[in-house]
Amino acid sequence: MSQPLLELADLGFAWPGQAELLDIPRFRLERGETLFLKGPSGSGKTTLLGLLGGVQTPGRGSIRLLGEQLERMSAGRRDHFRVDHIGYIFQQFNLLPFLSVRENVELPCRFSRLRADRARQRHGSVGQAATMLLEHLGLPAGLLGRRADALSIGQQQRVAAARALIGQPELVIADEPTSALDTDAREAFLHLLFAECRAAGASLLFVSHDQSLAGLFDRSLSLTELNRATKPVEI
Amino acid sequence: MYLFRLALGSLANRRFTALLTVLAIALSVCLLLAVERVRSEARASFASTISGTDLIVGARSGSLNLLLYSVFRIGNATNNIRWESFQHFAEHPRVKWAIPISLGDSHRGYRVMGTSPAYFAHYHYGRGQPLRFSAGRAFATDPFEVVLGAEVAEALGYQLGERIVLAHGVASVSLVQHDDKPFSVVGILARTGTPVDRTLHISLAGMEALHVDWHNGVPARGAGRISAEQARQMKLQPKAITAFLLGLHSKAATFALQREINEYRGEPLLAILPGVALQELWSLMGTAEQALFVVSLCVVLTGLIGMLTAILTSLNERRREMAILRSVGARPWHVASLLVLEAFALTLAGVLLGLALLYLAIAASQGYVQSRYGLYLPLALPGAHEWALLGTILCAALLLSALPAWRAYRQSLADGLTIRL
Ligand SMILES: Nc1ncnc2c1ncn2[C@@H]1O[C@H](COP(=O)(O)OP(=O)(O)O)[C@@H](O)[C@H]1O
Ligand SMILES: [Mg+2]
Repeated sequence: MSQPLLELADLGFAWPGQAELLDIPRFRLERGETLFLKGPSGSGKTTLLGLLGGVQTPGRGSIRLLGEQLERMSAGRRDHFRVDHIGYIFQQFNLLPFLSVRENVELPCRFSRLRADRARQRHGSVGQAATMLLEHLGLPAGLLGRRADALSIGQQQRVAAARALIGQPELVIADEPTSALDTDAREAFLHLLFAECRAAGASLLFVSHDQSLAGLFDRSLSLTELNRATKPVEI
Repeated sequence: MYLFRLALGSLANRRFTALLTVLAIALSVCLLLAVERVRSEARASFASTISGTDLIVGARSGSLNLLLYSVFRIGNATNNIRWESFQHFAEHPRVKWAIPISLGDSHRGYRVMGTSPAYFAHYHYGRGQPLRFSAGRAFATDPFEVVLGAEVAEALGYQLGERIVLAHGVASVSLVQHDDKPFSVVGILARTGTPVDRTLHISLAGMEALHVDWHNGVPARGAGRISAEQARQMKLQPKAITAFLLGLHSKAATFALQREINEYRGEPLLAILPGVALQELWSLMGTAEQALFVVSLCVVLTGLIGMLTAILTSLNERRREMAILRSVGARPWHVASLLVLEAFALTLAGVLLGLALLYLAIAASQGYVQSRYGLYLPLALPGAHEWALLGTILCAALLLSALPAWRAYRQSLADGLTIRL
């Protein structure tokens, strides 16, 4: 069996002063795979994504990304590693309002040389890469120079997707990116996202409380089943 | 460098608060620099109230007292000097020129000074500027001619040809008027910004004529009185004066002559060096001047604390901004540096705007301040001292910014990617 992109073993995590939130015996994500991770709000989805990116460190257990153990790295090295290999899309308000759409997309290349190099290799320049991605994601070219907060929510999410994908990170993590969109826009957005992940060869880890999207993914999991830490059901 | 772009962008996004912060810093910087410039110019111009004079000589008393009445027209001499003593030193081989000064009368609050034409030739102020007439000429042979200082003429509205009456003594109430011997204005001096502006100058003969019929400090009555016409016919040679100024052929002789005067056997005299005495006087006023400096420093500190408050309050609403930056690869120290850069940019803008305001204010008020207070405020580039002050302000801002930077650092570590509102 080939080495997975991401592998968790015996992961435990609690926020300071709180009960254990996550206790995950094992979890794998293959290269190029799209995975839907379902969980009610408050179940620890965002927290898990933070752990996968090395923003938080687990209380115990190990997180292997591309064969490297995140929890063994220094904080600075983890930060580097994250931006080199992971693109993030959040629920909403993904963009820095005071930067232009193009500058927002280029942000990861400002902090990661690897991604800037890859963007240049594939598209000639970072700016060209941003333009191409936005075009593929269906954003009108006239908007590139606009301030990010001048865009509609749907457009902003596409910009966020372009930013997550620029410089071809191996993993794209999406934290309920569609919950602010209406149903039609959701599917359209997902199809664009899939296509771009496939083109870039990236795996997609998509978390949401909205079960209806699960069928579109290669595989679907429930965090509550994965997580052994008992949690009272929220109303 | 890209961090700087981010910091500026974020600031521009909050431009209203940023602008107010910059304005507060600018005003405080402008105030500090203005106080500094006025202070140093006041010190310089104070030191050049009188220039070119090597020794001031009066009856033996305190040196400050002598300086005050001979140069600043403040206070009174305790004793007079005999005319023979003046003549002795005026004809001294080392002395180039001598100006006699005779005080004691006044006119509507302004001091009257009896002197000789040498005064208009040799008295210098500022950076060696001579006295100039804005109208008329020096007093000549007629004893009842008066030359006005600029402020006297302006405040009292006197023109050439005006006839004025002097008062005996310098108190402001119930003075005996020398109304039998009016003086006519023959000259008005240009403004100097020194006590000369507040002085009425008459000849020693005029001074003598005023008091020729006085005995023991009271005017003669009835038949004893001498009219102005009669006085003109008399030989009006003063027997005493109040002080005199000396210019020497060679500055090197100053100390020797000073000693010689102080040891003069004819009568007890005191000779002082104007520069030294002025220094002494200025140091007496130093406390007030330093208090002003400290107050303006406090104003700058207030401006910086205002900035600190603005940045700290912005931190909470900018958690999302920080989290986004973290998600695209910014390290916590990047986030901290953003805040330091922000403080630096705000302060730098404040300092630059403050400088601009200062130059604007100087350009606008230069003429007025010069003529009114005799202070020449130069439109010069900041000097080493001012650069040092500005540098200190920037450093203080950087130091203060460590607080929000540290908080943002902690915050971005604790928040991670979880953007919670
Ligand atoms: N930065 C944080 N500091 C402390 N507690 C947190 C933080 N983020 C999340 N939590 C806690 O962890 C729990 C799960 O939150 P989260 O991971 O955001 O859930 P989800 O994304 O599934 O809605 C919540 O109860 C929340 O109180
Ligand atoms: Mg969440």
